[in-house]
Amino acid sequence: MSVTTPIPRASSWLAASSLAQRIGSVALFVAVWQIAADAVGSRLLPSASAVCVALIQECVNGPLLFHLGITLARVAAAFTIAMVVGTAVGIVMGRSRTLDALFDSWLVLLLNLPALVVIVLAYVWFGLTEAAAIGAVAVNKIPNTAVTLREGARALDRNYSDMAASFHVGRWRTLRHVIMPQLYPYVFAAARSGLALVWKIVLIVELLGMSNGVGFEIQLYFQQFDVTRILAYTIAFVAVIQLIEWAIFQPLERRAGRWRQ
Amino acid sequence: MRPALIAHVREKRYPRARGAKPHLALAGLSLEIPAGEFVALVGPSGCGKTTFLNIVAGLDRDFAGEVALAPGHEGRPARVGYVFQEPRLLPWRTVYENIALVLPASGAEGIVDPMLQAVGLAGARDLYPPQLSVGMSRRVSIARAFAIEPDLLLMDEPFVSLDHDTVEQLRDLLLKLWHARPTTVLFVTHDMREALVLADRLVLLSAAPGHVVADVPVSLARNRRESGAEIERLRDEILRRHRELIGAEAEAATPVE
Repeated sequence: MSVTTPIPRASSWLAASSLAQRIGSVALFVAVWQIAADAVGSRLLPSASAVCVALIQECVNGPLLFHLGITLARVAAAFTIAMVVGTAVGIVMGRSRTLDALFDSWLVLLLNLPALVVIVLAYVWFGLTEAAAIGAVAVNKIPNTAVTLREGARALDRNYSDMAASFHVGRWRTLRHVIMPQLYPYVFAAARSGLALVWKIVLIVELLGMSNGVGFEIQLYFQQFDVTRILAYTIAFVAVIQLIEWAIFQPLERRAGRWRQ
Repeated sequence: MRPALIAHVREKRYPRARGAKPHLALAGLSLEIPAGEFVALVGPSGCGKTTFLNIVAGLDRDFAGEVALAPGHEGRPARVGYVFQEPRLLPWRTVYENIALVLPASGAEGIVDPMLQAVGLAGARDLYPPQLSVGMSRRVSIARAFAIEPDLLLMDEPFVSLDHDTVEQLRDLLLKLWHARPTTVLFVTHDMREALVLADRLVLLSAAPGHVVADVPVSLARNRRESGAEIERLRDEILRRHRELIGAEAEAATPVE
């Protein structure tokens, strides 16, 4: 007992100090920005306070929340498709040597295909539609997810599958209780990098062919050289994505890994 | 009554794998076990004991021969419980969930909790396997196999690499469970003393390719097996009679296969 008591205290102290460090780091960034903006004194580098004011205005009176919502819906759709399809493809390729040999070069090709090419081709072939936009984003992420999950599927422990088979645990229960828990670390790795990739590509898709969403708005303000509003939209979006990471991904990951404690 | 298990493995070969020669693991291994009998399969390391169990369990279908299990109650397919050499508990599921996994979803609770009680682990119900001691993990693994009310219980050296006291406790527990929930047992070991303490009958295997070289009923009454001297005398007798058959390997019992 005497050994275990200091540990929680130390870890909570560490957590508090890392939070303080984080806040300090952000404050430093804002300070540098403010000083630089004051020194330059141009509307092409607006001050942090000006951007903050614009952000509040756009939220309250402007269409920021509407466009943010549209973009988030596209991110969610593309992300879900990419994770589901990529996970399925990855598991199948990891389990079957034949299919892996057959489709490995396809994966390599897709992995090296520039996002822009996929988007342009999707718009050319399928028109400037919502489905083409979301599909193009998903296709950019699928090979990534598939490669990660293929690694996971290759690392599955045969001993557990044999146990499940000898006790006649059904297919669905085996997948849920025996296979998926071994793949969770890979799913989370793919989801993390997936979210980061998907939201950036969604903006490009919107900029190139949609008439709403954050990407569309940024293009609009780009034409007006309105850097203040571009930054306001960017900050709002980055904050939401970070919130998703904190409020959804991290708790889920902790929950999946609670047996390790 | 039909034997619980009839197995004739004419041949089990491992094909040439990367860096390994093709290997003939079993050749002409025949075994019948009447319902309710506790059989110990004894043989040197590497003689194909685990291979044989995997064939009986239906995990390995790539062999020449037949395996027939007598159906269970009211003609349902035979249930096979398997206690592996390592406990093979899912570390991400609690003790309770590990056992419930092998049971039908409805009514699992009424089976798992009494089972945990029976192996003295009611208090560990909601722990995760990494939190258990080695002895406790083995208990859970045994409880899982008994929980399905198996028609045939396969045990693959379940007590290797444990300290002496733990092994004693686990053996007592196994016999207690078996008396309370009688079933047919096929228990693999390389330890002749262990086999003599537990089994009704010893089946001795040759070195690879494995086949049966001797089939010895254990006549010593169960209540007299406490005495190490009696077991020792029997063991010497069996070794003397079958030494030429099983070779010196059976003597040199290696702890890990």
